[in-house]
Amino acid sequence: MNALSIRNLRKTYHNGFEALKGINLDVETGDFFALLGPNGAGKSTAIGIISSLVNATSGSVSIFGHDLKHERDKAKSCLGLVPQEVNFNQFDTVKSILLNQAGFYGIPRKLALQRTEQCLKQMDLWDRRDTVSRRLSGGMKRRVMIARAMVHAPKLLILDEPTAGVDIEIRRSMWKMMQEVNQQGTTIILTTHYLEEAESLCRNIAIIDQGQLVENTSMAGLLARLHIDHFVLDLAEPLKAAPAIDGYQIELVGDKTLNVAVPKEKGLNPLFNQLTLQNIQVISLKNKSNRLEQLFMDLVDTKAAGLQPCFNPQPTSSVG
Amino acid sequence: MNYSIPFNTILIKEIYRFIRIWPQTLLPPAISTALYFLIFGKLIGDRIGTINGASYMDYIVPGVILMSVISHSYANVVSSFYSTKFQHNIEELLVAPVPNWVILAGYVSGGIMRGLLVGVVVASISMLFAALAIKHVLITLSIAVLTATLFSLAGFINALLAESFDAISIIPNFVLTPLSYLGGVFYSVAMLPDIWQVISMGNPILYMVNAFRYGLIGVTDVDIQLAFMMTGGFIIIMTLFSLYLLHKGTGIKN
Repeated sequence: MNALSIRNLRKTYHNGFEALKGINLDVETGDFFALLGPNGAGKSTAIGIISSLVNATSGSVSIFGHDLKHERDKAKSCLGLVPQEVNFNQFDTVKSILLNQAGFYGIPRKLALQRTEQCLKQMDLWDRRDTVSRRLSGGMKRRVMIARAMVHAPKLLILDEPTAGVDIEIRRSMWKMMQEVNQQGTTIILTTHYLEEAESLCRNIAIIDQGQLVENTSMAGLLARLHIDHFVLDLAEPLKAAPAIDGYQIELVGDKTLNVAVPKEKGLNPLFNQLTLQNIQVISLKNKSNRLEQLFMDLVDTKAAGLQPCFNPQPTSSVG
Repeated sequence: MNYSIPFNTILIKEIYRFIRIWPQTLLPPAISTALYFLIFGKLIGDRIGTINGASYMDYIVPGVILMSVISHSYANVVSSFYSTKFQHNIEELLVAPVPNWVILAGYVSGGIMRGLLVGVVVASISMLFAALAIKHVLITLSIAVLTATLFSLAGFINALLAESFDAISIIPNFVLTPLSYLGGVFYSVAMLPDIWQVISMGNPILYMVNAFRYGLIGVTDVDIQLAFMMTGGFIIIMTLFSLYLLHKGTGIKN
């Protein structure tokens, strides 16, 4: 059974803006799924409809086989949402935020207290349970929202940019927590602007642009389609001009730094051989950019401009 | 699903909220009504004499109590629900499997509780100035509950439709207060010129105040049955309208 099935989902706002133009999407049970797209692409509208915060114009959403219109309670009980913005009552204590949320899901008080303790301990917030939430740091507030979303033990957790604006240390600890939650059997849908995050956490990916699904595939499959890697080489000695090497695009970006576009079929060995022959000594090398970022930009840019992407394009899957 | 749990959660949250901020919610009506009783009832009232056989102090006590019930049941729901909407806490309820009628019932019950609690506070203050003896207990309690329900619903609709904090103060300041003062709280409509008596009969608060006064001291300017029917009718209309707005997601979705 799919954790989420969306069929022909459309949303036109009152001002006539068509945010979603007939999206079809399936997310498998147990998946860690990335839903990406540039700002204004329709991600938040899609998540809003799935979580009942936005009314759809047409189409259907089903969560673990329960139609959101016809089996509303069952569908909603399966879902937990961590929104982009802090949306709990900032005058409530951490514990009461979770207890209230459990109450909204019909969880009896005794069980709610147990679940609250469990979730706060998992998010490393138990010591802060009696703190008024507005006194928490930004990272803690994010963790409160994750704990709140998990208090009714949802089978599907939607995380809408959960790590936006938090420092790298907190981000890494949140990645670990998300992976643990997923390993415990919860299906996760993640939206993020940190593509490194999506690449390292998610197994499958969909990209929305201008209200349409432009990609829906596995992360490994998508990355495999990238046929050019970009590297930055740090040199031992300064150069006056970029060396010319057949089959590689090389650019001098500082007197001791080269940007090199490396076709996958050629690899790095011929490049280093040629550089050695030209007495150019490389002291270090790194990827110029995140690989997914490169694909993402290609997909979104080429779609908008009606161009061909620089990787091997494939049609979106049958649900796209 | 057992809807009593989400209902109780909303209700307890609401009660906890207005008790936590008691200097804003419970103390002001105690002070302002004490001043009403002192100035209008005691100092001026002694010179007015009796109205419909009741001393002026006894005459104004029911109206002042009900006026407090009206303003505080309204204020509780409009401020609480609008804040919930403004801070996006409403999303907690919209994402959860809580039906619209439970959301409405929870917030309105919170408003009723505050309205009635303020009514008890004001009634307690009034006992310092007048001997409060309830003539018709059932009528008194039922009209108080119905009035609190009606104005909690009105506050809920105001909060749903409001798009700014200004919009939640317009109705209390420019509609509720004038209607309350012109609703026979401090006078009998029989004292007005004929034309103003007719106009006053279009004010629904007049019926509630008089029904409550009848329950407390047995004096009224209006037909009690009509007062109950009118209050009940408004409650039904406002409940249906609130549910329609919630169903459409007015002010809370999109």
